[in-house]
Amino acid sequence: MSELLQFLLSGITVGAVYALVALGFTIIFNASGVINFAQGEFVMLGGMSTVFLLDAGVPMLPAAVAAIAIACAVGIALNKLAIQPARGASVVTLIIITIGASIFLRGAAQIVFDKQIHRFESFSGDEPFVIGGATILPQSLWVMAGAVAVFAGLYLFFTRSLLGKAVLATANNPLAARLVGVNTNFVMTLSFAMSAAIGAFAGVLVTPITLTSYDIGIALALKGFAAAVLGGMGNPFGALVGGLLVGLIEAMTAGYISSAYKDAAAFIVILAVLFVMPHGIFGRATVERV
Amino acid sequence: MRTLSPKYATLIALIALIALAPLFFPSTFYYRIGALIFINGLAVIGLVVLIGYAGQISLGHAGFAGIGAYACALGPIHLGLAPVLSLVLGAVLSGAIAWLVGRPILRLRGHYLAVATLGFGILIYIVLNNEAQLTGGPDGMPVEGLGLRGLLESAGFAVKASKLWYWLAALVMLAGALLALNLHDSPTGRALRSLHDSEVAAHTVGIDVARYKLTAFVISAVYASVAGSQIALMNEFVSPDIAGFLHSIELLTMTVLGGAAMVFGAVIGATILTALPQVLTALQDFEHIVLGLIMMLVMIFMPEGLVPSLARLVRRRPR
Amino acid sequence: MSLLSVTGLGIGFGGLTAVGKVDFSVEPGEIVSLIGPNGAGKTTLFNMISGLYLPDRGRVTLDGEDVTAMAPHRLAARGLSRTFQNLQVFLRMTVLENVMAGRHLAERGPILADLLALPGSRRRSRATEAAARKLLARVGLERGAERDASELPYGALKRLEIARALASGPRLLLLDEPAAGCNAVETGEVDQLIARIAGEGIAILLVEHDMKLVMKISNHIIVLDHGEKIAEGAPGEVARNPKVIEAYLGSQGGKEAAGALD
Repeated sequence: MSELLQFLLSGITVGAVYALVALGFTIIFNASGVINFAQGEFVMLGGMSTVFLLDAGVPMLPAAVAAIAIACAVGIALNKLAIQPARGASVVTLIIITIGASIFLRGAAQIVFDKQIHRFESFSGDEPFVIGGATILPQSLWVMAGAVAVFAGLYLFFTRSLLGKAVLATANNPLAARLVGVNTNFVMTLSFAMSAAIGAFAGVLVTPITLTSYDIGIALALKGFAAAVLGGMGNPFGALVGGLLVGLIEAMTAGYISSAYKDAAAFIVILAVLFVMPHGIFGRATVERV
Repeated sequence: MRTLSPKYATLIALIALIALAPLFFPSTFYYRIGALIFINGLAVIGLVVLIGYAGQISLGHAGFAGIGAYACALGPIHLGLAPVLSLVLGAVLSGAIAWLVGRPILRLRGHYLAVATLGFGILIYIVLNNEAQLTGGPDGMPVEGLGLRGLLESAGFAVKASKLWYWLAALVMLAGALLALNLHDSPTGRALRSLHDSEVAAHTVGIDVARYKLTAFVISAVYASVAGSQIALMNEFVSPDIAGFLHSIELLTMTVLGGAAMVFGAVIGATILTALPQVLTALQDFEHIVLGLIMMLVMIFMPEGLVPSLARLVRRRPR
Repeated sequence: MSLLSVTGLGIGFGGLTAVGKVDFSVEPGEIVSLIGPNGAGKTTLFNMISGLYLPDRGRVTLDGEDVTAMAPHRLAARGLSRTFQNLQVFLRMTVLENVMAGRHLAERGPILADLLALPGSRRRSRATEAAARKLLARVGLERGAERDASELPYGALKRLEIARALASGPRLLLLDEPAAGCNAVETGEVDQLIARIAGEGIAILLVEHDMKLVMKISNHIIVLDHGEKIAEGAPGEVARNPKVIEAYLGSQGGKEAAGALD
C-alpha cells in the first residue's frame, strides 16, 4: 500500500511537469495552430538560466524571475522571427521550423551555458516528509503547488479577464475574432510569452529534483506533446489530465514492471487511446464541412 | 517539340550526379559520404511517396530503418540467413508491421497522426535499446558484411569498400527513384495525390482512401527498411540510434527541405543534410546553431522546399 | 423500382436537427432538384446520401439495395457520384489528372504493376487519358489540359468537377450548386451541360439557387425548409404551392420562381 502511494506521489510530481509542458503546447496551438516542438527548450532555459544566475550571486527569487523573463523574451522572439513570417505554411513545414528552433536553442545553450549537468538547492531543504509510509520531497510539493497555481491562474485568466476571452475567441475563430476587434497578432505573441513563462517556471521548480542540462528539452517536448494529444489537443484541462496520466503510467510501470520500459508504457497507452478516441480524451470531433 | 518528361529528367539528373560527383572527390573518404547520401536518399524517396504524394506525416520512420538494420544484424546469427536475404527479410517484416500498425494509425489526421507515428518509432527504439541480450543494447552490435568485396577480390578485382558501397548504394537509390517516379503517373499515384488534395473528393470518385494511405505507408516503410539495412551492412555495425527520434526527424527534414513533392528535391535534401554535418563539424560548438538556423530559414522562405522554390524562381524570370 | 430512394432520412448536430425525416425518390434519367432557403438542409442531405455523414435515422437505397451509411468509395462503385458546393478540386494536379483520378474505378490495378510501370499499368493510364480528354471536351475544357488545376478560373473549376464526377461512370449524379458564382453566360453553359448529361440517361439530383435554371430543367422538384420536405412535384405545381411561396416569402427566390414560370 505504501509502495503504491509512493509511486502515485512520484507519478504526480513528474506528471505535473508534463502537464505544464503540455499546457504550453496547448496555449500556442490554440492561438496559432502551431505545434511548438521548442516547448521543452523553455523548461531547459528556465532551469539553466537560474543555475547560472545563482552562480553569479543573484539570490533565488530574482534569479528565478529573471530566468522566466529570459524564456519569455526567447518565446516572443521565436514567434516574431520564425513563426509569424511562415504563417500559412503546412503542418509539416511548421513542425520542422519549430524543431529547427529547438536545435538552435540547444546549440545556443551549449555555448552560452555549458554541457554539464546542473542542479541548485531545493527551496525548502531535502528532508522528506513521510505520508502513510511513503516519502515525498518538499520540492515535489513545490512542483505540485506550482502546477496547481498555474492551472488555477490560467482558469481565472480565461474565464474572468477580457484579454483571456480574446485569446479564447482567437482560438475558436481567428477571423471572427479579428472582425470584432481582437488584435490576433498580439494574442499570438502573448501566447508564446505565456507558454515560455510556464515552461521556464516548470524548469525552475523541477531542476532540484531532476537536474538540468542543455539537452533535456527534446525528451520533455515529446512527453509534453504526447500528453497534450492524449488529453485532446487544444484543451487546457486535457493537458492537465494527459500530463498526469503520462506521469502516473510511467511511475507505475517503473515501479511494478520495469523502469527500462516506462517510456514504452506511456506511448502504448497513448496509441491505444488514440485508436479508440482519435481526437484524444477531451478533444472535439469535428464534422468536415463540404 | 515535346519536353522531357519529369521522370526521365529526374533520372538523367540523378545519374549525372552519381557519375560526375567522384570526379571532385579529393579522397576515398568522400565515397563513404556519397554512399551515405544515396542510402539516406533512398529512405527519403520512400517518404516522398508518403508525404509528398499522399500527404501523410510520419515522425517515426526511423523505426523501420531500425527494423531493417537489426534484421541484417540478427538474421545471419540466429537464422543463418545470408546478409542479402536478411535485408529482404527486414523489408518484408517492415512492410508487414507497417501494414498492421498503419491500419489504425492512419485513421488519425494531422497532429494526432504525428504523435502516433512518433510513439511507434519510439517504441521500436526502446525495444532495441532494452533487449540487450538480443541487440547488444545501447552499445549496439556488429553486423556481418555483405561479402561482395571478398567475392570481387577472389575474381581478381580489388575494390575499396567505400567505393563499392558508393556504386551499390547509388544503384539501389536509382532503382528506388525509378519505382517512385513510375508510381507518380500511374493509377495508384493519381489516387495517392488526389487524397492528398481532398480526401472527400477522392472518396467520392471511388478511391478507397484508407487502403491507399496504407499502401503509401507500407511502401515508405520498405524503403526506410532497405536504407537501414544498407547502413548496417556498410558500417558492419548497428546501434539503436538508427531507430531514434532524431533519425526520424532527420529523414523528415531531408524530405521537406529539398521539396517533398518531388523525388529530385528529396534527394537534394538528403545530399545537403548528409553533407552538412561533415562541413559543420569544423564549426564545432556552433554546429547545432547553424543546423537549426538553416532548417528554419529554408522552411520560412521556401516552405515548399528548396528545389520547387528555386525552380519557380527560374521559371518566373523573364525570357 | 426507383434508382434512388430516400426514406425518413434525418440527422442532427449537437442536439439541433439539421434534417428531420425526408422522403423522396429519383427515377432513372430524371432531373430532380432540391430547393429551399439557405440552411434548409440541402447540402446535409447530399452529404448523407453520398456517405459523408452518418444519418441518425432513415434509409437510402440505390436500385433497391440498402446503401445507408455506406462508404463513399463503395457508393461510387455502385454508380453514385457528386460535386461540391465549396469546390473540392485536386489543386496540385493538372486539369487532365483531375479527370483521370475521377476514373479511378476503371483504371485501378495491382500496385506492383504501377510501381514497375508494367505494360498493363501503362495501358490503363493511356485508356484513362483518352477517356479523360473526351470528358474535358464535353465540358469545354479540352484546351490547357496540362495546366495545373489551380490556374483555372472559378467557373471552369465547377465544370472540371462535373467532368471528374462523370469520369467515375455514374448512373446518378449529385450536383451541389453547379451554377453558384457563375455569370449568366457560364450559367447557360452549365444549364446545357446538365441537359446533355441527362440526355445520356444519367439521373441528376440537383441543389441550385438559380430558380430560372431549376424551373427550366427539372422534371421534379423537392422543396426543403428547416430540414423538412414541405412540397414536391412538377415545377409548375411547386411554384404555385402556397407553402413554398410562404417559405420563400420576401426572399428573392420566391419571386424568381414565380417569375420564371411566366
